[in-house]
This record gives sequence, C-alpha cells and structure tokens, in this order.
Amino acid sequence: MVGAETVTVAVGAASGLLKYTWIIALLPVISAALTLFFGKRTPGKGAVYGIAALAASWVLSILVLWHFVQGGGAQASQVDWFNVGPFHLQLGQYIDGLCAVMLVVVTSVSLCVHVYSLGYMHGDKRFTWFYFVLSMFTAAMLDVVIAPNLFQLLIGWEVMGICSYLLIGHWWEEKENSNASIKAFITTRIGDVPFMFGIFALIAATGFKTSNITDISGMIQAHQISGGVAAVAAILLFGGTIGKSAQFPLHVWLPDAMAGPTPVSALIHAATMVAAGVYLVGRMYTVFIGADAWVLQTVSIIGAITMLGAALLALVQNDIKRVLAYSTLSQLAYMVAVMGAGPAGRNAAFFHLFTHAFFKALLFLGAGSVIHAVHSNNMSDMGGLRKFMPVTFITFVIGSLALAGVFPLAGFWSKDELLVSAYDGHQWLFVIMVVTAVLTAFYTMRMVWLTFFGTYDGHGHPHESPRSMTSPLVFLGAATVGVGFLGSPLIHAPFFKWVYFGQPEAVHFVPWIALLGTVAALGGIGVAYLMYKEKREKDPLEGRLGPLWGVFQHRYYIDAFYMRAIIYPIRDTCSAGVYWFNQTVLDGFVNGMAALARGVSTMVYWFDRNVIDGAVNALGMGAEESGGLLKYLQSGNVQWYAVVLFVGVIALTIIFVRA
Amino acid sequence: MTGQEYAFIVLAAVGSLSAIATVTARNVVHAALYLVVTLSSVGAVYLLLGAEFVAWVQILIYVGAIVILFLFGLMLTKAPIGRDSLDNQHPWVGGVVGFGVFAGLAWLIQDAFPFADSVASPGFRGSTQAVGQAIFHSYVLPFEAVSFLLLAALIGAVVLARKDDEP
Amino acid sequence: MIRLPMILFFSAFLFSAGVYGVLVRRNAVMILMAIELMLNAVNVNLVGFSASLRAMSGQVFALFIIAVAAAEVGIGLAIVILLFRNRESINIDEASQLKW
Repeated sequence: MVGAETVTVAVGAASGLLKYTWIIALLPVISAALTLFFGKRTPGKGAVYGIAALAASWVLSILVLWHFVQGGGAQASQVDWFNVGPFHLQLGQYIDGLCAVMLVVVTSVSLCVHVYSLGYMHGDKRFTWFYFVLSMFTAAMLDVVIAPNLFQLLIGWEVMGICSYLLIGHWWEEKENSNASIKAFITTRIGDVPFMFGIFALIAATGFKTSNITDISGMIQAHQISGGVAAVAAILLFGGTIGKSAQFPLHVWLPDAMAGPTPVSALIHAATMVAAGVYLVGRMYTVFIGADAWVLQTVSIIGAITMLGAALLALVQNDIKRVLAYSTLSQLAYMVAVMGAGPAGRNAAFFHLFTHAFFKALLFLGAGSVIHAVHSNNMSDMGGLRKFMPVTFITFVIGSLALAGVFPLAGFWSKDELLVSAYDGHQWLFVIMVVTAVLTAFYTMRMVWLTFFGTYDGHGHPHESPRSMTSPLVFLGAATVGVGFLGSPLIHAPFFKWVYFGQPEAVHFVPWIALLGTVAALGGIGVAYLMYKEKREKDPLEGRLGPLWGVFQHRYYIDAFYMRAIIYPIRDTCSAGVYWFNQTVLDGFVNGMAALARGVSTMVYWFDRNVIDGAVNALGMGAEESGGLLKYLQSGNVQWYAVVLFVGVIALTIIFVRA
Repeated sequence: MTGQEYAFIVLAAVGSLSAIATVTARNVVHAALYLVVTLSSVGAVYLLLGAEFVAWVQILIYVGAIVILFLFGLMLTKAPIGRDSLDNQHPWVGGVVGFGVFAGLAWLIQDAFPFADSVASPGFRGSTQAVGQAIFHSYVLPFEAVSFLLLAALIGAVVLARKDDEP
Repeated sequence: MIRLPMILFFSAFLFSAGVYGVLVRRNAVMILMAIELMLNAVNVNLVGFSASLRAMSGQVFALFIIAVAAAEVGIGLAIVILLFRNRESINIDEASQLKW
C-alpha cells in the first residue's frame, strides 16, 4: 500500500504549485473514468469531460512552465509504493524544465485533438469510447513525462502502447485497420522487450536498490556504474526508443498506423507517443553519455538511416497521411540522430521535438480536415482545394513551410539548431541532414501542390470543416509561427535556459549554416514547384526515379521481408504444430502411436528436405517440430488446461513437501 | 473408537459414495440428487463436529437453494441424458489426475498428521452464539465484503442471463 | 471425539471426486456441481480444524465460503445459460474458441 509518508526533495526554489504537478496527469484519468461510466448519458456523449480536464491540465502546465520561465529549479517528490528486499519502489514526480515543456506540448496538442475530434468523429458509433481512450492515452503520456523512476515510466509507456492499439484499430470492422493495429502493437512490443531488460540492467547495476532516474544518473556520474554496463543498459533502452519512435528497423508500424482516425494520427503518431521514445533517450541521457562511445554512434547511425530512408519513401506516396507519416519518421530520426552528437544535440533535439509537435499536429489535423471534406486519403483525388477550404489551406501551408524549414517559422529555428549541433558533432551526419532537408522541402511542396493547387479531381463538393475543427488548426498555426522564436538566438533562446543538460549553455548562431538550411529548403520547394506546376497524368517523379520508384513504393521490401522471413514461418509452423497436437493427444493412444510414426516420418522427410533443399527448409521444418511441442499449451479445451493445472499442483506439492 | 467416530465413518462412507455417484451418474437429475445426499451427510458431519450453525446453513443454503438452482439450470439447458454425452472422450485422464490428487493429499495428511499419533480430542461445541460473536466482532469487515459480493453476483447474474431487447 | 486425520481423509476424498468431475464432465452444470464438491471438501477441512484447534475462525470462514459458493453458482449458471443461448449446447469441450 501507499505509505503515508511523503518525501519531498526540493531542489532550488520550488514554488508551491510545483508539488502538485501530478494533478496534471491525474485529471485525464478522472475524465477517462467519467467518460467511461457516464459518457453515454451525458449530453454530447461525454466529450465534455475530456475537453474540460485537458483544458485544466493545459492551464496548469502553463503555470508549471512559468515557474521555469522565472528561473525556478527542479522539483522531486514521491511516496513509497512498495519494497521488495532492498528495492524501494516509489510513485511520484520529477519536474524540471524539460518536463514542463513536454507537459505543455502534450496538453496543448491533446487539447486541440480533443476539440478537433468533436467535429471529425461526429456521429461515430464508438464516439464515447474514442474519447475514453484518448483521455487515457494522454494520461499515460503525462505519466511518462513526470515519472521519477523507470517503473512508473514503464507503466505509462505500456498504457500508451495499448491505447495506441485501441485507437489505430478504432474502426476494426475493416480487416486492414485491425491488422494495422496488431502490427503496431507487436512491433512496438518487440522494442519494449529490450527496453524492459534495459530497466532491469540499470536496477541490477544499482545493486537492486532503486529505479529512480536521478539516483541512477548520480551513480553513473560518480562512476559507480561502469561504462560497459551503462553501454549495455543504454543500448537496451534504445531498443524501446526504436520501437516507440519507429526508427529503423522497427519503423514499419508507423505508416500502417495511419489506418486510425486522423486525430489519433495527430496525437499519437506525430506529437506525443512517438516523441516518448526521443524523450526517453533525453531523460536517460546520463546513461548514454556515461556509456562507451559506440552507443551514441549507434544512435546517430540508426537515426541517419531512418532519416534518409523515410524521406525518400515520402517522395512517392499518394496517400496524404502516409506522406506525413514518413515525414514524421524522418523528423524523429533527426532528433534521434542528433541526440547521438552530444549534449548540445540533446537540447537541440528537444527543441525540434517541441516545435515539431506543433507543426506536425497542425499538418495532421489539416490533412484530416481535407480528408473529411473529400472522403479520400489519396492526393490524386484532391487538388485545387484552396478555393474551398481557405482556413485549412492557410494553416496547412504554414505547417508545411515550418516542416520544410523556412524562415521565420518554427521548423527553421529548430532545424538550424540541429544542424549546428550535428556540425559540431559528426560531420557526416551534417551532410545527410542537409540532403534530407532538401528532400523534406521537396515532398512537402509536392504534397501541398497536389492537395491545394491545380484543379479539383475528386467527386462531390468539398467544403470547409466545422468550427470545432478549424479552431484547433488556427491555434496550432499561431503556435507554429510563435514557438520557434523561443529557441531563436535573436532573443537569446529562452528555451535553452529551461531545457539543458548539466549547465545551461549559450546558443551560438552560425550564419552560413542558417543560410545553407534556407537554401536547402527553398531549393527543395523550387524543384518541386517546377516539377509539379503543370498537371500531369503520371507523377513526374516516376519517370525520373526509374526502377527506384518501384523500390520506394514497396518500402524497400522491408515489410514483405518481415512477413515472409519471420511472420509466415512462425504462424504456419505454429498452426501446423497445434493441429499435430490435437490429432495426437486428444484422439488417444492409438492415434498417439500413429502420430509418433508420423513424427518419425516427418523427421525422415525433414532429413530428406534438408539434404536436398538445404538450410532454408531445415530452418522451417525445425520450427515446425518445436511448434508441435508448443501445441501442448493451446488446445482451446478448458478441461485440458485444468488437467495441466492439477498435475502441476501435484508436482509442486511433492516438490515442496520433499524440500 | 468412540461412538462419534463410528457415526462419522458411516456418514463419511455415505457422503463419499454419493460423491462418486454424483460425478459418474449417467442421468443429470440423479447426479443432482446424489449431490443432495453428499451435501446432507457433510451437514451431518458438521453437527458431529459441534458446528451446529454451519450445519444448518449447509442444509438451508446448499441443499435448499443451490441444488434447486442446479436443477433449474439443468431444466433450462435441456441437458441430455446418457453417459456418452455427459463425459468427455478421455475420462481416464481425469481418473488418473483425480487419483493422483487424492494420493498426494493422503500422503500430505499422513505426513503432517500421522494417524497413529492422533488422539481423539475432547468434545467441542461451537455454539451459534459464539459464531455470531466471532462474525460480528472480529470479522465484520469480511462479512460486509461478502454481502457486497453477493449483491454484485446478483446483479451480474441478472445482467448476464437477461435477454437483450436490442440486437 | 473424532480424530483429525479421519476428517482430513474424508475431505481429501471429496476434493478428489470433485477434481475428477471437473476434468471429466462435459456438461457445464455438472462441472459446477463438481466444483461444489471441492468447496465442500474445503469446508469440511475448515470445520474439522476448527473443532480440533478449538477456534471459532474455521467455522466463520466456512460460512463465508458457503456465501461465496452461492454467488459462484449464481454467476456460473448465468454464464451457462448465456452459453446455451448462444451455442445451443453447454458441452464445454465444444466451446473451445479460447485459443489462437
């Protein structure tokens, strides 16, 4: 049970409010419960709870940030949860400038999405449920942000995973959507396994005493944990980031996750959940810095591969949400890659995370507005929409220019910081980032042009979206224009006085890098304009890319490779094994003998195939045999489970009484 | 051996045999009636052990209410009659495991409370008054929890078994 | 009075009969009956120890178990009726969708 004693460690001048930051995370939980239990009976089907709670959380977040704007210090407080031997687990909060910024980002975007969904999800048959999961998801993300220890972080992390699954598969009646949700869940799970082991490794490294992040950081800085151990832990933790932030090679789920409703894409797959992976690296940065040097290099390399690969894929997409999905991958990879370039890179990455959340949410919500109007995701069904949807058009263009990195919008300032840090860190990374910046500007322009310019190709009459959808767009558009200046050297970059690693350091402005970034952005836009200004039947890129077009369309065949090399063999052998077990055990002894004979003949067959067809088949058949053993666990017959249960009880009785 | 022990052995034999009959009967209604015999003899064992309140509750609730519920359940689900449809295809597995459980328990009992060492303790009478005092003195909170559980079960059963009007 | 091991053996026998019933019966109502046998075995144990240790708590817990058993039967039969309504059969080896 929760201990009554509250341990408060105030670092510096913690204002009174700061102690209660956890309320920000609690409010969405309450609203989720209210939505779940009373939502259907409330006028408006329960959306009001989530919106009210998020509005309150947003105001509180601004107040918390204000504390840091005034130069306040970090604050930590926690209560005991339970003790296992020497291990103390606590619940609580750790708030510093970074957390405050993240709280503002998450609550702003979530509030916008809550309001926006009023219009977008209007009339949906699971409207109330949608709002419940949305609130639950926000609460989980806020928990990750304020978590003082790794266990609390893990709880939020996993709740986000399940909420993401529920939201992607919100329209599960279509097989494609439920497949996408399963794919997202399992793929991120694959990253979560190393993540959990990373947590265990760190706890073990502390001598099983604590999972508190501050304590662990302190031990690493005091060299009580060796660089090698920290390296193992860091690379395992980074596995979680690869899964959650969709970095290569686990990036495959994010584009498919676009099957979910568009507000979900804006909230989860642009602004918050995928940001959790980046946030994790930044939060555990001491571990990464304290680890051997190859860890950060790996981080940079993974980021660089994803950055360039995803930007290339975004070039050829026809689905507007997929363009945005790949650009999200690419932008997240920017952050991850620059994280690997040193502490300055970490701060720059967080600045980009901060600005990116606003303009990417804006772009997704804008895309949702367009989709709402034309009832199609395909850009070939759009075109000329600027006349029909002026508000969406203007805000979308602002978001796009920010994404491309055009002065003076948010993306320009953060991208500039990233480039500067990369140049100081790894210069090869700098080159890749500039190339990616050109590509980003190109596909952004292509997307804007195909959607809003030219002539309208679709059916029906597009119309501007309702007020509930356009007002979040305007709010986010204004934020996109404004937030970039927070990190601008022109006004001494207040952002980096809140978010810093170790000590705040001055931001230096490198004119030629800023100029290079602008040239890259304008160059990409210009080339795209020249290529797309005339309307054509075929995408002009298709001819120019030649065979690469096909490779990009098939996403480098990575998804197909995963399906054929991993998923089908496991699935087929398991089902074969299940069937085999059913036939043998349940049909009794006679059939058992037959199955034995069959097993022998299977092995003969296996040998045959092995000799003839070589190692590939050997692997598959070996898996079939082991699948046959696994079948014991899954007959679906409850009584069989009970038999196993009682046999286990007898065995345990004998073991324990003997001992 | 005291008279009480002889009485116990008779009751235990009746209870055990009808328990076997309950789980092997070919007719579902017969099985329910054998269950009545088992439950009643268990109730009588409670009386022998001096637990009179538990004994009467056993008769009232188990024999009076639960078995009736079972009979209703059998009636509502049109349970078939005949051994083949009552047991599954591998009764020997259940037999082996059931015997294994009994053997394990018997070994455990013999290990912990050797029969040879046991002595017949003097009589003990847990009067209804004592039970009431224990429940409403030491166990008030669990008692309330159980009453809440019963309420929840009542509502749950109604919700589950109710026919939905809308499809 | 009655020696404790005798009571415990009776209880063990009832329990094993219940285990056999749970594992062998196909009819869900019969399985519930077998579960009742197991619960009764536990009660016999509790009352037996109560008499042997001359403590009241065994009987109190036996009463609680009777109450819980009543709740269990109520819910169990509701589930069985629901199963019957959906599948026209309460043979649990036919309800084997609990697998991948």
